Amino acid sequence: MVPTSYYLGLSAILFGLGVVAFLFKRNIITIFMAIELMLNAVNLAFVAFSQALGQLDGQVFVFFVIVVAAAEAAVGLAIVMLIARNRQSLNVERVNLLKF
Amino acid sequence: MPLLDHLWIVLALPLAGAGLCGLFGRRWSQTLVNSVAVGSVSLTFLAVLEVVREFTLGAPDHARSFFPWMMAGPFRVDFALQVDQLTVVMLLVVAGVGLLIHIYSTGYMAHEGGYYRFFSYMNLFMFFMLTLVLSANLVLLFVGWEGVGLCSYLLIGFFFRKKSAADAGKKAFIVTRIGDFGFTLGVLLAFRQFHSVDYHAIFSAASTMPVEGAGHYGVLTAICLLLFAGAVGKSAQLPLYVWLPDAMEGPTPVSALIHAATMVTAGVYMVARMNVLFVHAPLALMVVAVVGAVTALFAATIALVQTDIKKVLAYSTVSQLGYMFLACGVGAFSAGIFHLMTHAFFKGLLFLAAGSVIHAMGGEQDMRRMGGLRTKIPVTYWTMLAATLAIAGAPGFSGFFSKDEILFQSFAGPLANRALWAVGLAAALLTSFYMFRLLFLTFHGAPRYDEHQTHVHESPRSMLVPLVILAILATVGGWLAAPALWRGANHFDDYLDPVFASANAVLAMSQPLNLPAETHILEIELMALAVAIAFVGFLVAWWFYLRNPRTPERLASNLHAPYELLLHKYYVDEIYAFLIVRPLLWISTNLLWHVVDTRVIDGTVNGVAHGARGAGGRLRQIQSGNARSYAAWVVFGAVLFTGLLMGLLRMVR
Repeated sequence: MVPTSYYLGLSAILFGLGVVAFLFKRNIITIFMAIELMLNAVNLAFVAFSQALGQLDGQVFVFFVIVVAAAEAAVGLAIVMLIARNRQSLNVERVNLLKF
Repeated sequence: MPLLDHLWIVLALPLAGAGLCGLFGRRWSQTLVNSVAVGSVSLTFLAVLEVVREFTLGAPDHARSFFPWMMAGPFRVDFALQVDQLTVVMLLVVAGVGLLIHIYSTGYMAHEGGYYRFFSYMNLFMFFMLTLVLSANLVLLFVGWEGVGLCSYLLIGFFFRKKSAADAGKKAFIVTRIGDFGFTLGVLLAFRQFHSVDYHAIFSAASTMPVEGAGHYGVLTAICLLLFAGAVGKSAQLPLYVWLPDAMEGPTPVSALIHAATMVTAGVYMVARMNVLFVHAPLALMVVAVVGAVTALFAATIALVQTDIKKVLAYSTVSQLGYMFLACGVGAFSAGIFHLMTHAFFKGLLFLAAGSVIHAMGGEQDMRRMGGLRTKIPVTYWTMLAATLAIAGAPGFSGFFSKDEILFQSFAGPLANRALWAVGLAAALLTSFYMFRLLFLTFHGAPRYDEHQTHVHESPRSMLVPLVILAILATVGGWLAAPALWRGANHFDDYLDPVFASANAVLAMSQPLNLPAETHILEIELMALAVAIAFVGFLVAWWFYLRNPRTPERLASNLHAPYELLLHKYYVDEIYAFLIVRPLLWISTNLLWHVVDTRVIDGTVNGVAHGARGAGGRLRQIQSGNARSYAAWVVFGAVLFTGLLMGLLRMVR
């Protein structure tokens, strides 16, 4: 049996990778994938706790997260499409009009 | 349906008139405004007559509560009205003289702008004055008290485009407020002591308390002195009289109604109403008497040299009010109320006649530019002569009886004081002099105005009829007390006896009247003395202003310093300006305005705004528009938050 801490370690590493990717990548699609990575890292933690505690709540949460992630992907990709059309670019640094 | 059980109707009538004139009068014709305003006051007068009839027929005189107005714990104020003998006298004076002056105003104000506004205020005044008179508790009295002050302010400043008029209105309001503050404290203290503000409860509780003699001044003395402070402001006594002469900026009917006949006598009415309290506080009575006597003399001396016809009458009013307080102060409350009534007649008449003179002269108020008007405006002359004889105390006229009663009471009454009597007598001499001076300067001698430019004309009938009616009242109004001369009954005194009986009993107990046998002879002697004094005043005025018209000028230049002192009204306004107004202005400007308001309050508010703007200016730099930097902040925050949480958890463990 794999100890829970291993799962959590993997989850933390995945989450950290997601954060780093989110912060340092410029391509909006990559950033989008980084978000998915973070969500799934959290899902992994949920599942691990669910197994360790012998309860199903964590599994249920994961389904919710997946649903929300799917919805978010639908909206997000639509936004990405529009940005790509307007800016002729996927560079996130060129999307900076909303500021002081 | 006895009207006595629906006293509120008496109040509702003038209030309705005020409301209608004020709301719709702008679009109405003068005739319609006249009929609504005068009509409402006429109905009020009829209602008052009916109330008096029912009361005289023997209806019970308990207070009638219409609805509870304020309730807070034990504090309860009802909208309660009552009628007793004192109220009857006041009701008749207020409604009667008020009606006459309303009729007079239709003629006097016919050519002024803001006609509807004037009558709306006048009706409102009638409402508040009747509230003051009819109320059955101190708080409702105070409502009327402040309400008439408001109307006084509005009407003094009626010609509000004139700065002096607007200023005079403010002065009247502010100066009387000083007294009203004392009055408010007095009411609160009375509530604290008696746990009620109803007259009946207060009087029955107070009558069981001991008289607060020398050295044992207690709560009753304090209450009385505080209430009297209100009376000093409202009735223009020393040291708060300064507003009344300035109040002459208002239209003349206003001076007659508010500043001579009714409102300024509210203080006297209040002291007489509170007679049970005052007789239990001899010190307060003493203060009332001294203030009254000193004011009577003080104001009379100023009136000697005034040249504005209305100013003379204003100082005369202050002086006569002093007489009324002198009467109350020596325990002769009914004499004070009697003088209040006769004064309402003759002083109201004097003001209305002065208004008629001003009307005839086309707005001229300076007596130095009048003279010889006797034949040109005869009705005004004869009515004014009647009023002058009345105020000077010519035998048979109303003022003779009332003033004589006051002087007699201050000489031989229950709280007699010979010094005060002498002061009152001196004031009587001066009164006679300045009134005949006014009469001679205005109506006798050679005209001192340009007869080609000023077209002197008698006033319209609407003004003359009230003059004649008031002249009749000023002449015969005193005969109620006349039989006393022949050892008969003083009807007025007897009529008011139920109101003042318990007070008189207290006075008789503490200071028994010690000369019953000689009283009558003494009264005749004093009367003769007063008449002689009045005649001397008349002679001196005649000598100065008709016989040798150059004498006053010579006297003025010979006695330069006293003359200047009187002409400048003892410099009281200047002293007040120097001692109170200027320091107050200085503190307000330099401390309250420039420091507290500008620096502290504005500084705090502006400082907060500046701080918020500065912080926002710096913080908004964070909002770069770069989504990744936002994400970095989120991560930074999350790490910080998690770190804090973990640190806290470790500490808890």
